[in-house]
Amino acid sequence: MGMMKIFKRKKIQGIDDTHYLTLKEEIRISKENNKIIRQFERRKARRNVDESEYLTQMRDPSNVVEFDELHTYFYTEVGTVKAVNGVSFDIPEGKIIGVVGESGCGKSVTSLSLMQLVQAPQGQIVSGSIRYKASDGKCYDVTKMPTSEMLKIRGKDIAMIFQEPMTSLNPVFRIGEQMDEVVLLHDSSATPESARKRSIEMLNLVGIAMADKVYSSYPHELSGGMRQRVMIAMALSCDPRLIIADEPTTALDVTIQAQILDLLRSVMNRINGSIMLITHDLGVIAEMADEVVVMYAGRIIEKGSVREIFHNPRHPYTIGLMKSKPGKATQGERLYSIKGQVPNPINMPDHCYFYNRCDHRMEICSKAYPEMLQFSPTHFSSCYLYDENKVGDTKNVKESE
Amino acid sequence: MWRYVIKRVLLALLILLGVSALIYLLSMLMPADYIDNQTSAALANGSMTQDDVNRLKELYGLADKSFGGIIKSYYSWLISTLSGDLGFSFLYGKPVTEVISDYVWLSFLIALISFVLQTVIAIPMGIKAAVRQYGVYDYTVSVFAMIGTALPSFFLSALLMNVLSIKLGLFPLQGLTSATIVFAKDAHLEIFLDKAWHLVLPITVLTVLGVGGTMRFTRTNMLEVLNSDYIRTARAKGLSENTVVYKHAFRNTMIPLITSLSGMLPGLFGGAMITETVFAIPGIGYMALRATQQGDIPFIMGYNMFLAILTVSGMLISDLMYMVVDPRVKLS
Repeated sequence: MGMMKIFKRKKIQGIDDTHYLTLKEEIRISKENNKIIRQFERRKARRNVDESEYLTQMRDPSNVVEFDELHTYFYTEVGTVKAVNGVSFDIPEGKIIGVVGESGCGKSVTSLSLMQLVQAPQGQIVSGSIRYKASDGKCYDVTKMPTSEMLKIRGKDIAMIFQEPMTSLNPVFRIGEQMDEVVLLHDSSATPESARKRSIEMLNLVGIAMADKVYSSYPHELSGGMRQRVMIAMALSCDPRLIIADEPTTALDVTIQAQILDLLRSVMNRINGSIMLITHDLGVIAEMADEVVVMYAGRIIEKGSVREIFHNPRHPYTIGLMKSKPGKATQGERLYSIKGQVPNPINMPDHCYFYNRCDHRMEICSKAYPEMLQFSPTHFSSCYLYDENKVGDTKNVKESE
Repeated sequence: MWRYVIKRVLLALLILLGVSALIYLLSMLMPADYIDNQTSAALANGSMTQDDVNRLKELYGLADKSFGGIIKSYYSWLISTLSGDLGFSFLYGKPVTEVISDYVWLSFLIALISFVLQTVIAIPMGIKAAVRQYGVYDYTVSVFAMIGTALPSFFLSALLMNVLSIKLGLFPLQGLTSATIVFAKDAHLEIFLDKAWHLVLPITVLTVLGVGGTMRFTRTNMLEVLNSDYIRTARAKGLSENTVVYKHAFRNTMIPLITSLSGMLPGLFGGAMITETVFAIPGIGYMALRATQQGDIPFIMGYNMFLAILTVSGMLISDLMYMVVDPRVKLS
């Protein structure tokens, strides 16, 4: 061990142990990664792929997007990180789906998988499918689409709003140029003049007062809130069917946050599309979302309608989240926080990922990963606490300790 | 902006004053001065006496090497320099300004050609290497670029001379004109081609030496840009990878590239001392090295002030270029 430290071996920091990779392991990992990555990259780079290869059927025609057992892994130099590890949920038409979870739980990677924008070559969609229903009624499996086809969906049918408005716009191009680009790219009948008109119309729509002036400004001349409005305007300019908003208000101050959320809601009514709202702010979810998906360490641990999640949370993690909202604490009381840390994403255990932090853990929890249980037509959670077949014959570990 | 430029120019004058004082002091403190170098043989065989040498030193203004004496002679150098007179070169027997203006253009030509070649080769290579980071192309290009950068210029020159001139006889070994060929007076094209033929190897050496640095610089900047948020935005818009790289990323990569490359432009007049010497090309670098070895103080001073002015103006150009290429930068 001492020797290894001298040679600065790559370190894997676990919760209560630190593991150093030997040179042999490192070489093996790198070899395996290269092999796997090459396979995936080749697949994506194919040209003239027959449409039938990625055409599929929606499970429920009222959904825009269906995630089905999505696995997205990152092949890093210290091992495979299962950033998204079997995620399934639907985004119905005209609804706002909130995805919550702490940093690194895979919520952003889930959305990037839908856009095929996961940081390649390390990040790859390994298995599962993402079904997307296009406006012409055709249904595509995004995970199987070659990049060239994906370009037609990105920015047109599915648009994205990012967390950091300060850095998400290209600093050397004027706002107008960056907005026109999307219109000109996706609308073959657009001329520079019509694109300009469209962009200014969109800027007006998102409540920018001097749209003409902003149109010819550089990003650095605008405030953070303004830039986020520009990002929203840009996302709207091709009438998308789904907007992915990846923590759209995290980098903004509270008053601007409220304005941006109002804007998103009014926009949604206008375009009659869906929004996938990614956030770690439960307040935002409560205000905006119709349905909520709670993610933890790359998996969905609970999903349901806002009412169900907020009033009747089932999973101990969700319960903990609800308890740790500032509003619930009375004066003089410490704010509740879930003790412990998220397990190391490399070498994930086979049992429930919340095991080591859970107040209700039982013997069975250290065995196989719990199945999804259904509580209502919309409410699901994966926890042994509610599994009547299993819970009876196991005792609470905590009590026995 | 003009206020900024004036401020920078005034600061540059101060820097130049300091540089000139330092170089003057150092060259006066060299153990053997110009007269010592010229007379050592005559002194040894007795054809000159120490008195003659001392008289010569007096004449050349090199007699008083005390601190006070150096200050005094520096002062007189400074006064005449400010009036535009850089003095007479001991070694070349001509005014220093004339020597510089006679020899600088050949050096500039060589440097300019290799600079253009180096830029044209290195930038596309750097971009491609960044786009295919850790791929075969990236590793190959990086290794060759590193080899090129790591080789000392005299070593690479000697290697090329040995293989291409001596062994294969493809290129002339040294000099600027062929001594064995007699050209007619009006055979301009032949003379030009002959000179160009002589310059191939020096230009190759300078290009190979420069490509590595520029390529690595481009690659690093490109990688940084490719990982930025606005590139992800560009991809999310549905733009093709080519548009993302060559429009959105490239414009941003160009900012540090243009500023640093334009800062190098004045330096092209400075001459490549070692390469010119190895190939015996009569450029400004070659002349300066000879003058330095001989202790030709007026020329050393004149040449070094020339270099200092080039460096200072390079820095100023580089800063001004930032304002031109980056809309975020306002100089004040």
